[in-house]
Amino acid sequence: MPVSSEPFIRLKGVKKIYRTGRKEHLAVSDATFDVMPGELVSLVGPSGCGKSTLLKILAGLHPHDGGELKIGSATHSFDPSRDVGMVFQAPLLLKWRRILENVLLPAEILGLPISESRDRAKNLLALVGLAGYEDKYPYELSGGMQQRAAIARSLVHDPKLVLMDEPFGALDALTREKMNLELLRIWKEAGKTIVFVTHGISEAVFLGTRVVVLTAGPARMADNFEIDLPRPRTLDMKTHERFGEYTRRIYKLLGME
Amino acid sequence: MNDNLRRYALAIIAHVALIVAWYLFVKLGNVPKFVMPSPGATLDALLQPNYDWWTNISVTATEIFGGYFLALVGGVSLALVFTWSKTLEAFFMPLLVSLNMIPKVALGPLIIVWFKYGVFPNTIMAFSICVFPILLTTARGLREVEPELLDLVKSLKGSRWQLFTKIQLPGALPYIFAGMKVAAILAVAGAVVGEFLGSDKGLGYLMLQVQVTLDTPAMFMAVILITLIGMLLYGLVLGLEKLLVVKDARVV
Repeated sequence: MPVSSEPFIRLKGVKKIYRTGRKEHLAVSDATFDVMPGELVSLVGPSGCGKSTLLKILAGLHPHDGGELKIGSATHSFDPSRDVGMVFQAPLLLKWRRILENVLLPAEILGLPISESRDRAKNLLALVGLAGYEDKYPYELSGGMQQRAAIARSLVHDPKLVLMDEPFGALDALTREKMNLELLRIWKEAGKTIVFVTHGISEAVFLGTRVVVLTAGPARMADNFEIDLPRPRTLDMKTHERFGEYTRRIYKLLGME
Repeated sequence: MNDNLRRYALAIIAHVALIVAWYLFVKLGNVPKFVMPSPGATLDALLQPNYDWWTNISVTATEIFGGYFLALVGGVSLALVFTWSKTLEAFFMPLLVSLNMIPKVALGPLIIVWFKYGVFPNTIMAFSICVFPILLTTARGLREVEPELLDLVKSLKGSRWQLFTKIQLPGALPYIFAGMKVAAILAVAGAVVGEFLGSDKGLGYLMLQVQVTLDTPAMFMAVILITLIGMLLYGLVLGLEKLLVVKDARVV
């Protein structure tokens, strides 16, 4: 990973308030953490802790209502219109497009040169393990494979930042573990900065270089710490003592111990 | 493929069986011709030149296809207008739902007052009866965009037009076809009812003429021809759907 001393994303006391009528609802508060270029940061917390809202703020979909947010640095510039890739819980592939055309969607929207984008899309499909599926329709793929295609789609315009909102939440437990390993491999090869939202505590620790813990009612940031586990991560690390310490720490923060 | 062949074969057998049953019923039951003609007598009516079949077929078909085409263009474009303006939709949509409740057949006498009788008013009749299903399903289809897909397009600063052409319209296509299939059946009914109420040509008009003389074979033939026109329209819609809509995306 290219590591520079300047953070790629810097949040300082970021706050988000939703208003419905006269009622105010605090969706995010005190969000303060840095993301270094090339990091994979997990945002973990229960429903209503504001993790998805935070992701939307990072995506530029919602403005924030307080605090400071800066994305990009002198060494790693950031163009908000073309440097964001997104993956959601549902693959959201377009049913009427073949897999390759689905992956190309962001390139089309940004008006990138088509033939280059096609080559890139094909390489990305190979990267996510879908070589040979270019001309299939989404319904011909399993849920896990559709999500792989969605990951390829999030990378096709070569964004610097990829935002993932519980991308494996709808998959069965075994597929999910497999996709975790795949994501780490893809992350390493693509060299992107990833912010990964999940409510899976073990998933957050397993994937993250850093974990940001958010709590609900009221929504606020509870902790932010580095995960010091060797890389590449392997599934047997989940039985390591230090892995257990990290997950226990999060459980405690969420008041589940 | 073999399975497909089997299905086609069974479908054809079912139709032939119905005609055979019809024949046997008339033959063995000694049913008088003016109550129910045999398949042979019905076919025989088609060979009589005084019914002027060809003119009547083309008049009815013009009304059905014309009304249907107008409804398709009108219904889809109106639905498109609604997607561009929330205010327009909020204003007109409830009104259209109410108007949809009017039994269109009841408009027949009014349509005659307004447009006299002939091909044009009957086309209007077919139009009025099949424009609503197309309009309502298209509007619904255009609204059905996953909010996260919207986020995806917005995060790339995609334009309203890109959202429309790349996601909304192709996503609405299965709904449009669902409405078109319902409308295809209604268009036929609309045109024929129009002819019953007031016309001087067409298969519905012919049926009223020959009813007076209890010429049941000609009435049977007219019904069969109307059905065939309807099947042609429906078949065209199905074919177009097969061409344009990916299998998994189809609804109904």
